[in-house]
Amino acid sequence: MTGVPATAAAIAADVRAGTRSAVSVVEEHLAAIDVREAEVHAFNLVMRDDALAVAAAVDRRVAAGEDPGPLAGVPIALKDNLCTRGVATTCSSKILEGWLPPYDATVVTRLAAAGAVPIGKANLDEFAMGSSTEHSAFGPTRNPLDTSRVPGGSSGGSAAAVAAGFAPLALGSDTGGSVRLPAAYCGVVGMKPTYGMVSRYGLIAFASSLDQIGPFAHTVADAAALLEAIAGHDPMDSTSIASPAPSITATLDEGVDGLRIGLVTELSGEGTDPDVARRVAAAAEALTAAGAKVEEVSVPATTLGLSAYYLIAPAEASSNLARYDGVRYGLRVDAATNGAMNTASRTAGFGAEVKRRIMLGTYALSAGYYDAYYGKAQQVRTLIIRDFAAAYERFDLLLSPTAPTTAFAFGDKTADPLSMYLTDVCTIPSNLAGDPAISVPYGVGDDGMPVGVQLLGPALSEAVLFRAAAVLESSMAGATSGATT
Amino acid sequence: MSETTAGVLTTDAGAGTIVEPFTVTDPSGQAWELVVGLEVHCELATSTKIFCGCANQFGSEPNTNVCPVCLGLPGSLPVLNRQVVELAMRIGRALRCSVEPSVFHRKNYFYPDMPKDYQVSQYDRPINVDGQLELPDGSIIGIERAHLEEDTGKSTHVGGGGRIHDAVHSLVDYNRAGVPLVEIVGRPHVRTPEQARAYVQELRAVLLATEASDAKMEEGSMRVDANVSMRRAGTDELGTRCEIKNLNSTRSLVRAIEYEARRQVDLLASGERIVQQTRHWDEADGRTHTLRSKEEADDYRYFPEPDLVPLEPDAAWIAAVDAALPVLPAERRRLLVERTEADAAVAALVVERDLDALVLAALDAGGDAGRLVTRAANDLAGVDAGALSADGFAELSRMEADGALTATQAKTVLAELVSSGGEPAAIAARLGFEAMGDDALATAVDDAIASDPAAWQRFVDGDPKVAGLFVGKVMKATQGKADGKAVTALLRQRAGT
Amino acid sequence: PRPVGRPTAGLYDAEMAARITRDDVAHVADLARLALTDDELDLFTVQLGAVLDHAEDVEALDTDGVLPTAHPLPLVNVLRDDVVRPSLDRAEVLAAAPSVEDDRFRVPPALGEDT
Ligand SMILES: [Mg+2]
Ligand SMILES: [Zn+2]
Repeated sequence: MTGVPATAAAIAADVRAGTRSAVSVVEEHLAAIDVREAEVHAFNLVMRDDALAVAAAVDRRVAAGEDPGPLAGVPIALKDNLCTRGVATTCSSKILEGWLPPYDATVVTRLAAAGAVPIGKANLDEFAMGSSTEHSAFGPTRNPLDTSRVPGGSSGGSAAAVAAGFAPLALGSDTGGSVRLPAAYCGVVGMKPTYGMVSRYGLIAFASSLDQIGPFAHTVADAAALLEAIAGHDPMDSTSIASPAPSITATLDEGVDGLRIGLVTELSGEGTDPDVARRVAAAAEALTAAGAKVEEVSVPATTLGLSAYYLIAPAEASSNLARYDGVRYGLRVDAATNGAMNTASRTAGFGAEVKRRIMLGTYALSAGYYDAYYGKAQQVRTLIIRDFAAAYERFDLLLSPTAPTTAFAFGDKTADPLSMYLTDVCTIPSNLAGDPAISVPYGVGDDGMPVGVQLLGPALSEAVLFRAAAVLESSMAGATSGATT
Repeated sequence: MSETTAGVLTTDAGAGTIVEPFTVTDPSGQAWELVVGLEVHCELATSTKIFCGCANQFGSEPNTNVCPVCLGLPGSLPVLNRQVVELAMRIGRALRCSVEPSVFHRKNYFYPDMPKDYQVSQYDRPINVDGQLELPDGSIIGIERAHLEEDTGKSTHVGGGGRIHDAVHSLVDYNRAGVPLVEIVGRPHVRTPEQARAYVQELRAVLLATEASDAKMEEGSMRVDANVSMRRAGTDELGTRCEIKNLNSTRSLVRAIEYEARRQVDLLASGERIVQQTRHWDEADGRTHTLRSKEEADDYRYFPEPDLVPLEPDAAWIAAVDAALPVLPAERRRLLVERTEADAAVAALVVERDLDALVLAALDAGGDAGRLVTRAANDLAGVDAGALSADGFAELSRMEADGALTATQAKTVLAELVSSGGEPAAIAARLGFEAMGDDALATAVDDAIASDPAAWQRFVDGDPKVAGLFVGKVMKATQGKADGKAVTALLRQRAGT
Repeated sequence: PRPVGRPTAGLYDAEMAARITRDDVAHVADLARLALTDDELDLFTVQLGAVLDHAEDVEALDTDGVLPTAHPLPLVNVLRDDVVRPSLDRAEVLAAAPSVEDDRFRVPPALGEDT
């Protein structure tokens, strides 16, 4: 990727001022896509004509003196598990190939109101189940920074689209780290909001009690602006928090002076690569230098997070994915009875990882195992929430690596699913607790690949999280790649 | 959910009249008695579905009342309808249940009628628990729970004469998917087919009174499943039951239970064991047919529905529901018997015909209790008594009681009052029904006796058959104004018998 | 507490495989309406075993008196008014269906299945 691409903020300012047309902005990004998409494969679908039409409409609004919205003319990549009316939405699965949703996800409607321009449907691990985007039925996405490596997952296409300069903004979904992990691997900002802050209506469910839609951007400010545009109560989602979108950008530069920040022992210890650990230490120093008080803190139950997650998420998924039965939409493989047709369609339509998780979840819920597995995991969830609450009595925010390592090479972890699952160990606890967390690129590891550091906060602490993230960002600004301190 | 009652020994209602159980005696002379638990699904009378804004409407064009939510489209989410909760609580309170904090679960199984391939239903924390329903015969049937769930779509089976067994293929309409249901799970307290009918009719009366459901069995807005088992007469524990579905009328309910009872006794008598299963009633051949064996391990993998939050109606809401409840049939029957000393069965009839309010109003207006109840029960069947005023009805009953009108005359005047209203006395006068004085009656009787001495002698000698002859003569002479009973009495008196 | 990224036991660890049998996996596949090849059955038996083995810390945990968390949010009584909203256009709905007849979704007969 050459140079620092224009930020969403800069683009929106120009478009709103009429000094630059939304159409020209979209054309430039389509050109960037033409150059590298074949190599990166960030998208399942590039919405070329739709994007140009939407951009033209934005320009007309500007010309007519109407307010075109805070994200006027800014191209955005949408993870392909967000429903877009009349535009193919596949979840990177054969079972949904060619399905045209008859409705828009709430976030898609809000982006339109904000003047943003959807430019493509971004690739993902099938039904968001994975950490590398290798589990896409339509082929993997490559990490734009080193195409021999994975972009992380499951929102790998969204992260890669931003990293490759295909769009300054992207939306992903984060169930166990699916926004933060690829953000870290691709060297961009990625954030998971408080559960219930962003409507899930129109987000194709993986694990309903964990899923949250989150923003990707090059800058902390852009990520904040995108979150403001999509957040806030939605009557179509029973689990949506009944409060308006929080103000985040307004306080973005208020710094961290006087904040207490805890470095989570269990998420930064053994198993974290030394070079990653060094970058986290550097981040701690930068926060301290900015006036924060950083100390180590133990959040014991987080060590149970991975186990609990891999019981809860597959259990919910096994139920959420039952509807793909060949009756109403999607792939059908015919057979003599409805039952046989269901089985034939699902067997042909789902990939190995999805089948594995459906099997695991079905087993965890099945007669005789509920209490030992799903029931227990729900109790562990309580323990994790409890331990976080205790930590937040002493600290405003917590700090950890986003992942134990930098981006790995293709095929490294596909043979052993559990080793793949372990890449989510630092991100999963926030999903189980429903708390917000953000991954900020903080230099590179010994392999020259980006390292992401994660800031975690209690529910609804977005404004503070983004302030701290902004401090880390500015401490990196100018600093040369920051490799191997 | 009636699994949860299996094996429980409370097979007799805690209170109320004990009903003599229906028994079947096998060839060896062993008597088996019937135990029935009824599960009733009723569709709630809301404007929209339980989790979306689609119209809750019977008989629309196929697949026109559907949206992403009730079609289970990817990405859609449910939001609970407030009125659904209101009506569910009305039903619960009318059935003397307690309203509890409740949670929706997912019941996971594949079926084409079910858009998400799971049903959102209440499992271990239902909204209404532990109530009862009192039947007209005074027996009381326990209610285990009355919980909320979503209805499925409707399949039409093409080929095989529409029978599910040998359909060539099926066509699915999702208009009904997501229609709100309350499933009322009765305890196994029903002991006869007739009591099962009475339970369903009484439940229907409650659902109509509370305006929670239109409760039409034929349209499927009220669906009854019967869990039938037999046990050796006099013993206490429950036998293995079969669940009978597709009962589209109280008539099929009674027939199906009787058939199933005999089928099970045949098996038990020949030493076979009953396999717990779901059976399908076939109205045409009057038999139940096996659909599938419960032992084909249901594994519904219930877990809390993560797209919905817990439901906790507060005390104020429950109190408001209670305050708005109408007086229910059992209470109306009790009140009518208390005020009129009517026989329980007659009172039930009057309440069923919605005439109890009129009778009581007429009673307050000084009417004769006995005559009011009799006329309401016998002479106002299927007529619109709208034009009949309490005062008019009261006066009529008084005139009849005082002998100013004969029974026959009273019926005629009543019919007139119902059709065109007015004053009983005026109508009676217009019809020439003014009562005869005792002297006039005596004279008429003596004239009749004098007109046929021979016949009179036979009467005096004790041949009762000729009584009719003299009554006829008197009636003719008085153009029917005479009271038959009074004439007979006078004849006896004159004969000195 | 287990350190981050604890190395996982090898793929063919007998003790792990014992956690879920091949028959269990076959039964679960039926419940989930998936047809697995013999190779997939073997592989899934081992792979699911490995994940369940990793979950043994949770399974073994003493959680007496700990309430389960089904949901990260403490919300209750989220209710909607009983007001009709427009439904979808039928043509658009049926256009997505694999098979349609008489404006209904056509499916093979559901023999002996739950109703
Ligand atoms: Mg039910
Ligand atoms: Zn609907």
